[in-house]
Amino acid sequence: MNEKNILLIESAFKEYYFNRFDLIHVPRKSTEREFGYQKFNSGMIRHLVVKNDKELHLLLMKEIPSDVYCSNAYYSYPNLSMSEKDWKGADLIFDIDAKDLALPCRKDHTILKCSSCNNSLIEFQSQCSKCGSTKFETVSVICKTCISESKKEVTKLVDILTSDLNIKKEEIKVYFSGNEGFHIRITNNDYEPLGSQERADLVDYIMFNGAIPESFGIRRQNNSKTSLPTLDEKGWRGRIAHRLFSSKSKTPKVTKEILSNGYSAFQVQLEEVRKTMGVRIDPKVTMDIHRIFRLEGSINSKSGLSKIQCDNLDSFDPFSAACLLGDDTVQIIADCPLQIRLKNKKFGPYKNEVVSLPKYVAVYMLCKGLGNTI
Amino acid sequence: MDDDDTMQITMAKYPFLTQTGNYLRDTHLTLEELGNSDWKPAIEKAYRRILDSANGKIYSSNLEIPEIEILSFIIAIILLRGSSIPTFNRRFSLAEARRAQNYLEKDLEWKRERSIIEHVKKRTKSQELALDILRNEFNFQVVMEDDFFKVRVADYLKRAIHFHEKEWKLVNRRVENGFVFLSLHETVRLIRKELDERISSRIKTMTIESIPQTFQQYITDIKKLADKILESVVFSGEYPPCVKHGIEVLEKGENLPHSGRFLLATYLLSKGQTVDQVAPLFKNAPDYNERTTKYQLEHISGSSGSGTKYQCPSCEKLRSESLCFATPDCDGIINPMQFGKRRKNN
Repeated sequence: MNEKNILLIESAFKEYYFNRFDLIHVPRKSTEREFGYQKFNSGMIRHLVVKNDKELHLLLMKEIPSDVYCSNAYYSYPNLSMSEKDWKGADLIFDIDAKDLALPCRKDHTILKCSSCNNSLIEFQSQCSKCGSTKFETVSVICKTCISESKKEVTKLVDILTSDLNIKKEEIKVYFSGNEGFHIRITNNDYEPLGSQERADLVDYIMFNGAIPESFGIRRQNNSKTSLPTLDEKGWRGRIAHRLFSSKSKTPKVTKEILSNGYSAFQVQLEEVRKTMGVRIDPKVTMDIHRIFRLEGSINSKSGLSKIQCDNLDSFDPFSAACLLGDDTVQIIADCPLQIRLKNKKFGPYKNEVVSLPKYVAVYMLCKGLGNTI
Repeated sequence: MDDDDTMQITMAKYPFLTQTGNYLRDTHLTLEELGNSDWKPAIEKAYRRILDSANGKIYSSNLEIPEIEILSFIIAIILLRGSSIPTFNRRFSLAEARRAQNYLEKDLEWKRERSIIEHVKKRTKSQELALDILRNEFNFQVVMEDDFFKVRVADYLKRAIHFHEKEWKLVNRRVENGFVFLSLHETVRLIRKELDERISSRIKTMTIESIPQTFQQYITDIKKLADKILESVVFSGEYPPCVKHGIEVLEKGENLPHSGRFLLATYLLSKGQTVDQVAPLFKNAPDYNERTTKYQLEHISGSSGSGTKYQCPSCEKLRSESLCFATPDCDGIINPMQFGKRRKNN
């Protein structure tokens, strides 16, 4: 990113970090966690200890990081190298990202940016109309559908966590990630000590990966209706029963079909269930017990939006609630072929033109690479 | 049966328990006295325990004289220590773990004569004792309900990840309100590895001041048996075809997928090569980065990161990744590490 853009973004970030101390706190057990941060155009600085809110605020004001992270893990010595940290446990974390959901709307809000001349396009082209280059980067902008579909995944996840895994609602914190998805953090003593392999199996449970027909009462031969799941069961067996039978009255007919269709047909049905009912979380995030995860309250430099907690997921609108930068006007050259809606106001489309915009929109476009300072 | 008897029988069934460690002291017996011919039945039993385990069998106990049972376990460990044959130690701890597993199953099962409702109200003494052992010795809380057993999801995961069969995956289990539902057999199966480790650590840590003279003949016999059972193996010095293939790909400067690089690294490190010796092999890779390569090799070797030393993937895994190029020399092996090892006599 060019230096002038960085200056504008950093001044907006600094203003936010200065004014919104109320939103940015160290998580519990902060002295046992590893912190890290990045600045624009430079590498990650990690293995830091931030003892309290005061130290965190000082760091934010002094460094004006582009992104701030904190480990989900607890260590005896969080500031030493990875092998010397002495891992003690880690919060269970989940990442639900709209880009992993393969939604049909993606193409409608993805902008192609020519890698050599920065020209922005919305229609797929094999060559840049301006310079002829064939290399493009893609930039995804705000989409309501992506958010509402991600919310559905969060709801599915919370259902499994509470009813199957006995994690209490108050132990589950849901955050908007600051870009296109949600982060979920669990603080529950039972699950804290689990290693990476155990978490991988938990991920498979949540995503419904690796299920075999035998677990749902269908064997290769000699099947009987008594071993099939029933509507009053809980966990995946219960979910499968609801999916297959839908109601008590339909159960006998469907049971007959399942038994006569046999093993392979049931396998296909399980695969369907995986696709539609399995929660689409990012497995890598949950399995990683040494990850540094975006700090709640901090700004995501991919968008200029903040990672903030969603108390009421249904009504939560990230494009106004997480849009917390200043609204004084700045002038930039915007090259954004799609309309953007932030804080319930529409902006654009702009075709490489000088425009005066509220700072939060200007920073959004700069962060997305869809504009430049003058 | 009084409490002392119950305790003796429990110790005979589960001789790895902490209290058995103090058995000699508590009964004022010395090692020297154990060498006395009065204790011959216990010594004979100890030898039998080792013999059976070495042959892959589970020794069948006689609980009528629990004292002999307990002592035979202790003597068996002394004999094993005196013989110093690691393979026999491993076989012994596994066989004894399976024996304990059988007893746990017997102790935990609902007896048929009473109705389930009655059992829920009142568990038998042996059930209580077995549950106590699981809880206190293995930190494994098991809840008995009607005709199944319940364990907490986290407790289940910690143990079930050691099994590779699909039915042990959590997704293939009945899970409700933070509990996994299991059969009696499955519940006990979950802790076999811990039983094995407990017994194996008993063998390693038992303090033995001196071995009685009368034990020497048994130790000689055990060593002879080991020579017969464990024929030594020699390594031909050749790399298996999958490893050769990986090296060739890299030598040509072509890209070897991550799984192929992992195979080379784990194989060569396990064969005793150092990180510095293995690292240059990847120099020709199109995306070679010295620092990253070293970091990853150190991680695989267990010298950095979690300290876990990664094992060479199995032939089956390599086949599924299209990295297997088996030749007739691969017959009968299930892991590339076994390639080129021939029985001396063949």
